Amino acid sequence: MDVATIVERLKAALPGVEPEIGSATDQPTIIVPADRTVEVLTVLRDVPGLQFTFLSDLTAVDWWPGEPRFEVVYHLVSFEQTSRLRLKARVSGATPHIQTVSGLWPAANWLEREVWDLFGIVFDGHPDLRRLLTPDDWEGHPLRKDYPVQVSEPVTVLEPLELSEAQFRESLRADRQARGGDPPQGS
Amino acid sequence: MGLEDIEIPVLTTTLEKAVQWARRSSIWPVTFGLACCAIEMMSMSASRYDIARFGAEVFRGSPRQSDLMIVAGRLSRKMAPALRRIYDQMPEPKWVISMGACASVGGVFDNYAIVQGVDQVVPVDVFVPGCPPRPESLIFGLVQLQKKIKGQRLSSR
Repeated sequence: MDVATIVERLKAALPGVEPEIGSATDQPTIIVPADRTVEVLTVLRDVPGLQFTFLSDLTAVDWWPGEPRFEVVYHLVSFEQTSRLRLKARVSGATPHIQTVSGLWPAANWLEREVWDLFGIVFDGHPDLRRLLTPDDWEGHPLRKDYPVQVSEPVTVLEPLELSEAQFRESLRADRQARGGDPPQGS
Repeated sequence: MGLEDIEIPVLTTTLEKAVQWARRSSIWPVTFGLACCAIEMMSMSASRYDIARFGAEVFRGSPRQSDLMIVAGRLSRKMAPALRRIYDQMPEPKWVISMGACASVGGVFDNYAIVQGVDQVVPVDVFVPGCPPRPESLIFGLVQLQKKIKGQRLSSR
């Protein structure tokens, strides 16, 4: 499908949205306002004739010092129509946030966590927005353009675990309970 | 171990030699392949470059049953506590070979994510340079470690 067909079918299904056609030549690319992304993606996923049921990637671009600073990029694939689509949404840099699509695609859960971790874009409504690739106590968002490349911080390691026998047995018991008990001996 | 309490020099010397020989001839590594160097480590343990003829018969899955940790690959900051934890779980005597440029000094990755040398996290005995080091190079590193163990006094471990 070429981009004009996609835009036509999208506008037919969702009349209020005017998608801008992007300048990329490798894939059909459209740009939508950041506050309408969930509606547009729902339509793209569900409407017969579009059926972009596969979220291939969810990432972001930092255009600092240009404004709006961030661009959240969704890569969609339609198996029925054998087509790819790139959807972009521009987000301002001051307090970057956008609606989550983890309700539409479960895969978006970790993809959005990665974007939060590396760019600092908050996904409203995300069930579990925390760091994925950097250590849990890391400060800063490394893939932003104003983040330094070389960071000389001491490496944090954990102290060797000192458990008493009682604590160890307790944790064994808790694990056994969590996995629903052990099978009987001899089976 | 309690052998260093034995003060009689002659007995200790002979015993030392025997123990050193036993230790260096059966160094069993724990699987700690992190990145691309792991491929070369695997090919070193495969049939062509066979590390088993040097005593490293089998890569133990559990750190509790191994003597050597070959840190093969990039260590990220997020992985560093896990590396330290595995190292702490190995019983004495234990040794560490830092394999490749990334494990030794951070390699080509001088950035926020990669630890610039695993010797910031664990004490390293032998550094093997390369990107990745050829299997022969890693075997050379292992033989160097064996020579180091040969020269070690019992009481230092």
